[in-house]
Amino acid sequence: MDNDRIDQIIDKHQGKASSLIQVLLEIQSENHWLPKEALERVSEKLQVPLTRIRHITTFYKAFSLVPKGRHEIHICMGTACHIRGATHVLDTVQDLTGIRPGETDMDLKFSLETVNCLGCCALGPVMVVGGKYHGKIAPTEAEEALKNYE
Amino acid sequence: MGEILLQIDGREVKVEEGMTILEAAQSTGINIPTLCYHEKLEPYGACRICTVEVETGGRTNLVAACLYPVQENLVVMTRSEKVDKIRKMLLELMIAHAPEAGALQELAQEYGANKDRFEKEPSFCILCGLCVRYCAEVKKKNAVGFVDRGGRREVIFIPEIAAKECWNCKECFPLCPTEALQAGYLLTEALAFPSGNR
Amino acid sequence: MPRINSPTELEELRKSILSKRDPDRPCIAICAGTSCLALGNDRVIGAFEEEIKKQSLEAKVDIRATGCHGFCEKGPNIVIYPEEICYMEVIPEGVSDIISQTVLGKKVIDRLIYTDPNTGEKAAHQSEIPFYKNQMRHLIGNNTKVDPKSIDDYLALGGYSALSKSLFEMTPEQVLEEIKKANLRGRGGGGFPTGLKWETARNAPGEKKYVIVNAHEGEPGAFMDRALFTGNPHSVLEGLIIGAYAIGSHQGFIYTRHDTPQLRNNIVVALTQAEGYGLLGENILGSGFNFNVEVHLDIGIFVSGESSALMRSIEGKTPEPRPKYIRTAVSGIWEKPSNLNNVETWANVPQIINNGSEWYTSIGTERSKGTKLISLSGNICNTGVVEVPMGTSLREIVYDIGGGIPNGKKLKAIHFGGPLGGSIPASLLDTPLDFDELAKLGAPMGAGGMLVMDEDTNMVDVARFFLNFLTDESCGKCVPCREGIRQMLKILTNITQGKGREGDVALLEELAEVAGNASLCALGRTSSNPLLSTLYYFRDEYEGIKENG
Ligand SMILES: Cc1cc2nc3c(=O)[nH]c(=O)nc-3n(C[C@H](O)[C@H](O)[C@H](O)COP(=O)(O)O)c2cc1C
Ligand code: SF4
Repeated sequence: MDNDRIDQIIDKHQGKASSLIQVLLEIQSENHWLPKEALERVSEKLQVPLTRIRHITTFYKAFSLVPKGRHEIHICMGTACHIRGATHVLDTVQDLTGIRPGETDMDLKFSLETVNCLGCCALGPVMVVGGKYHGKIAPTEAEEALKNYE
Repeated sequence: MGEILLQIDGREVKVEEGMTILEAAQSTGINIPTLCYHEKLEPYGACRICTVEVETGGRTNLVAACLYPVQENLVVMTRSEKVDKIRKMLLELMIAHAPEAGALQELAQEYGANKDRFEKEPSFCILCGLCVRYCAEVKKKNAVGFVDRGGRREVIFIPEIAAKECWNCKECFPLCPTEALQAGYLLTEALAFPSGNR
Repeated sequence: MPRINSPTELEELRKSILSKRDPDRPCIAICAGTSCLALGNDRVIGAFEEEIKKQSLEAKVDIRATGCHGFCEKGPNIVIYPEEICYMEVIPEGVSDIISQTVLGKKVIDRLIYTDPNTGEKAAHQSEIPFYKNQMRHLIGNNTKVDPKSIDDYLALGGYSALSKSLFEMTPEQVLEEIKKANLRGRGGGGFPTGLKWETARNAPGEKKYVIVNAHEGEPGAFMDRALFTGNPHSVLEGLIIGAYAIGSHQGFIYTRHDTPQLRNNIVVALTQAEGYGLLGENILGSGFNFNVEVHLDIGIFVSGESSALMRSIEGKTPEPRPKYIRTAVSGIWEKPSNLNNVETWANVPQIINNGSEWYTSIGTERSKGTKLISLSGNICNTGVVEVPMGTSLREIVYDIGGGIPNGKKLKAIHFGGPLGGSIPASLLDTPLDFDELAKLGAPMGAGGMLVMDEDTNMVDVARFFLNFLTDESCGKCVPCREGIRQMLKILTNITQGKGREGDVALLEELAEVAGNASLCALGRTSSNPLLSTLYYFRDEYEGIKENG
């Protein structure tokens, strides 16, 4: 992502320091991760210290400081999913991909995240891959589903 | 600003409005232990070692003395069974991270804290934030800051800024309550491995 | 969009909207709530659109993509008007039958309606389906009747009449008085009296004041705020504007999640439409009252929903709680008086103004008034969003509405309030839904996530789950919370692995006490609620595991 695009996003928020989180979010959603140069640009333009940006970008799970895989796997770890066995789904997915929550594999194929509650507890346990929901999923089904991704 | 009359440890004390309990106590020579407090910095309220018991309108509460503003007729107890119990355990929790820290050892002695109560996890940092806040508030350089959240919170130096600012300053080093060298260690680490992606 | 400049013009607009609507015209309301969308409801919506085009029915049949209907278990859900026939588990392949047989042929398709699993009885309308008929759906009921992206739908149901009434027939003090008399208590977790909070903000010195909607909904297992706000955004917005008028605020914020695109879009559309009609912005309805709203998107971790952390985030700072020895209603965002209420709290306001506090206080218990939204989930047959009057027994919610426990299992416990709440055993099932009653039992209601657990649940693991959640979802600023949770978690993990030691329970209790008394914010102070409640009601599980290990 080049500086011009970052500047555009910042201008959209009138360069207000209070828009820091929104600006970072927009960069994250467009670029899928936050390169160091982008953070430095934001710091300079919004006049916000890098320390605060570092804190905020590591405080929230939604930000990534490394490139994400082509397919983002989200596994819901909300209470309802938990008591319906989400941990087993997570274990299976971790074994299969070799990565833990917050990580991306070497081939940049998968990134794995846990989320708190997707708000569709009726479907628990839920796994979302690249925006596609897999509800009431058993560990073996999770394994099957992931095989379909390149 | 008006004057406020309150009671600390049974003593009537007259102080300025707007003061905190800690300031009021200090102004009359009553000692309340602190770890994350520094008179040049905004009160922070993270170590909670300054917890005291207050009584207002018939109710007692446990509050952080470094933050709680004095009120007319407030009754403060800087030591009580509850207060001591809290301080003891807070020290036990912190000492697991910084077993050698002089400031913690002294207080541990005073409050009878068991240094081995919790399994040691030496990170040499109790996250009091004195270095972070001093650099931001007094030096206005923001070379050192917090990262992450919850149980994974840490202090790091920003290599690019630290390389320019820190060697000639180092004013935060002596503030560290655990190991004066801890900040220096983190600083060196940040400069040696600037790409550490945090 | 014509600007509306007076209450009379508002009523005229309403009349003209209604006059253009034919009550007999078929309309298919398709749930586009989170669960139904996850089930591929967009394909159902697409199939309806296609079928209607194919049969050239565009001029005769309407489609409405709505917010959550509530019965998530049976999604995708649709309701066909004017007969109000409910179909469940609809698939795209069934769409052409629905159009030809029901919408045009006026016949009910048996296989798509609700069948009671116990009696085999069929039910086609909400008024007959146990899940719905045992509820009182004052807040969420309109979800099937409005397209969230259409302010006209909301106006057709009488929307914004409470705002008009407040601005033209009541002084701010009278509005405040009505809310106080209604005894409305905050739905975000604390149950704090809303009127009192408004009054504090109103009386706080300073010209600039803020009002805020807390739509963070960080409690795992809670999805009712999203269901309400996504499905009927104007009901929340109307409440907010009325509150601003009572408090004397001209700037509002909506703090919400970035990860639910429909929610975000519907809020933005609602704000634009309200502004277009002059229900928001300068000189609202010609009253001279000005009020603007900014949307603040956040990703939040759990602690971000705490009021002082939330306000830091709106300022663009790290969302860490600040000690609140001075209330945020007096000193909040940029140290200005800032009144924060939960989504559901705000949505209660218009109905109180419309129907009066006496009507409102006639619903509920002595000290908990009105209805409450509940997210019912876990080991329960009917997962979904439920709205019942306060005072409803937990038994009614679990069995009459929730349909009981699946797979022939026995109920073991009910957990309220997420990571800051507690679990109570099945023997307390006759407890009424009431802020104080539940809090007394150690299971404070929280925002309204109600988790049902069957006999297979390990309660030590439940406590461990919540502490594990908190260690990753708190800020880590203060020692008693950060370190206390770390140690409690270690002990619980050992116990669940059969490695418990003598003295564990006593140490847990001491850690819980210190975290509870010395932490900086309410997260740390209530972090051990799940632990303490399970220790109280299910102590043998802690000790049993230890002995066996
Ligand atoms: C850790 C923590 C998280 C919270 N999360 C939320 C939340 O997600 N939504 C909410 O409405 N209130 C939440 N609250 C409660 C708010 O701090 C605040 O009390 C509430 O929004 C006030 O609104 P009410 O009076 O209408 O309930 C949370 C509180 C704490 C301590
Ligand atoms: S109690 Fe926990 S969440 Fe609250 S300030 Fe302390 S560490 Fe942060």
